[in-house]
Amino acid sequence: MAITVARAPVAPVRIAPSGRLFSLRLRELWAYRELLYFCVWRDVKVRYKQTAIGAAWALLQPTLTMLAFSLFFGKLAKLPTNGVPYPLFYYCAVLPWTYFATALQNCTNSIVEQQRLITKIYFPRLVLPISAVLAGLVDFAVAFGVLAALMVYYRIPPGRAVLLLPGFLLLALLTALGFGLWLSALNAIYRDVRYVVPFLVQFWMFASPVAYSSSMVPGRWRWAYGLNPMAGVIEGFRWALTRQGLAPGSLFVASGCGVILVLLGGMFYFRRMEGTVADLV
Amino acid sequence: MRPAIRVEGLGKRYRIAPRQRYLALRDQLGEVLRASLHFWKRGSNGVSHEQREIWALRGVGFEVQLGEVIGVIGRNGAGKSTLLKLLSRVTEPSDGWAAVWGSVGSLLEVGTGFHPELTGRENIYLNGAILGMSRREIGWKFDDIVTFAEVAEFLDSPLKHYSSGMQTRLAFAIAAHFEPEILLVDEVLAVGDLSFQKKCLGKMDDVARDGRTIVFVSHQMNQIRRLCARVIWIDGGRLRMDGPTAEVVSSYESAMSRGDIGEREETREFGAKTRFLKWQLAGPLEMANPHQLDSFGEATVHFDFWVNDTLHRSHHGVALFSADRELVWGRAIDHLHLQPGLHRISYTFPCLPLRPGPYFWQVSLWQDHELFDLWDCLPEMIVATPNLQHPRDEWSGLLNIASEVCVTELGEVQCAESSEER
Repeated sequence: MAITVARAPVAPVRIAPSGRLFSLRLRELWAYRELLYFCVWRDVKVRYKQTAIGAAWALLQPTLTMLAFSLFFGKLAKLPTNGVPYPLFYYCAVLPWTYFATALQNCTNSIVEQQRLITKIYFPRLVLPISAVLAGLVDFAVAFGVLAALMVYYRIPPGRAVLLLPGFLLLALLTALGFGLWLSALNAIYRDVRYVVPFLVQFWMFASPVAYSSSMVPGRWRWAYGLNPMAGVIEGFRWALTRQGLAPGSLFVASGCGVILVLLGGMFYFRRMEGTVADLV
Repeated sequence: MRPAIRVEGLGKRYRIAPRQRYLALRDQLGEVLRASLHFWKRGSNGVSHEQREIWALRGVGFEVQLGEVIGVIGRNGAGKSTLLKLLSRVTEPSDGWAAVWGSVGSLLEVGTGFHPELTGRENIYLNGAILGMSRREIGWKFDDIVTFAEVAEFLDSPLKHYSSGMQTRLAFAIAAHFEPEILLVDEVLAVGDLSFQKKCLGKMDDVARDGRTIVFVSHQMNQIRRLCARVIWIDGGRLRMDGPTAEVVSSYESAMSRGDIGEREETREFGAKTRFLKWQLAGPLEMANPHQLDSFGEATVHFDFWVNDTLHRSHHGVALFSADRELVWGRAIDHLHLQPGLHRISYTFPCLPLRPGPYFWQVSLWQDHELFDLWDCLPEMIVATPNLQHPRDEWSGLLNIASEVCVTELGEVQCAESSEER
């Protein structure tokens, strides 16, 4: 397949030490979308090929967590759930939380794990953390099946607010990506960051209304509590699916804006690090 | 001719922390505490950083035209791979700049991104996407790739079941069908068995003939000679030489072999009664470099030597060795009567039809059975004549002589031109 060499003058790509501030080069990212697709495809395929249980693992993890919570926090500790049956109450929260936790951890490790790729081929490095958070969506979709089954079992019809679920999921995705970008860049420089993340996630889980209802939080501290974007996401999931609990309000919007800022900051920091990350891994 | 790559003052600096490679937050915090303690104890001395800086590449500048095939040679660690990494944008330069016109494909390693759990078919798509091919392009070339790699029966088994040879063949097959406008290749043709290497070299040939620009790093001079018209020599992070293949490769080879001759020069135990001083080439035309043979035709070699006492019936020996220390030519002269003083012995050849490269003269002077002086002449002689032999380096032998070809048909005679005119 011969190429036509004589063509209109092409603008050169300039390779130089990067300055302090520069653009995000999102157009370049779009040009590499096929690579992004392949990275997601590879992560998903490999994850399901390796385990004997395969796709069932995506179901098992949230289901078992839900059962444990239902037993210990629900039946034994008898935490209030506004009349929603325990399994459903917990699963509505565990589902988005599991997605967020795995997305954040995979995102943090994405650069260091793909070290061979980074030191040999050029591609916008943003592809790696983005593919990590997108790959988690497949697991989410599989686990959603259990949620649907629970709602049928308890005969709770979803309200119209269910249409807002993708919006809440998107916020969870952006939160995972925003913090994940900072963490993955830091992890490339300081290798012990990856050990800090599981603790961070644990603490974050207790700071979010996964195991309890947010109505337990005293009124004075609600505003601080609401700044946690995952609190808004989980409340939103519960509200949309069970029609119980508070509708997301102004705090939700505020935390959403906070997430956007973290995301933009993360992208700029990541882009700045990008040029020399191949020297560090 | 439009440029495809332009490089100016390119440099890359690495910081080396001698103690540990990876930083850890806890160590960083420890450092900060220690530093502040130091500060309070000793005042303004501060912390010594225990870091060295090395410039893997510095001040490199050159230009590659569209369609040129350029070789990059140098010792291990000279900075060739760093240069390719910078041009591939895998890492950023610390200094200088480069501009690239056209799509770049870099083959710094074969099999990048291969995953052992996925099948051969899946890995072809994955690796192709990583290199930069679109899904459609991979689809078109899929059958060609499989045929080139000879793995058709194993396409649907996981890669971990392939032998290492099969994996390499598959990796190279994918890379070989990758056709960007500018190709940067880093020593990847050194893999595989001989027949596969020949296949790969053939494919590189085709790619070059298509008009693509190629920057080719290799340690194998025969591959460089075959593919490249121009060679760049990187030494110690700097551009040492940039010119036609024959010249640069010969200088490089002689510099490499000079390593073992250099020491012998110091320990020349003979040379009390006579001593060889220098040698040079001379020809009918003025020679730019007295140690380099640029053209065919008559050549004369002069050896100058000093004699202290009168010598009767002395015996002179001369030998010419190739870069691999093979004896190419030798001669002996007997019954020389030499008075004290400076002498010159000259050998004139109607022509020296030797394959381009470095050669070493060796001269000796004996009386009866006593060796008076033996000299491995320095510098080496570089033969930089045009190549009249087979275009493929592995089919070019030591004897670079012109030949006339005649194809005879019954009743008619057609003579092809002699190879001298090339």
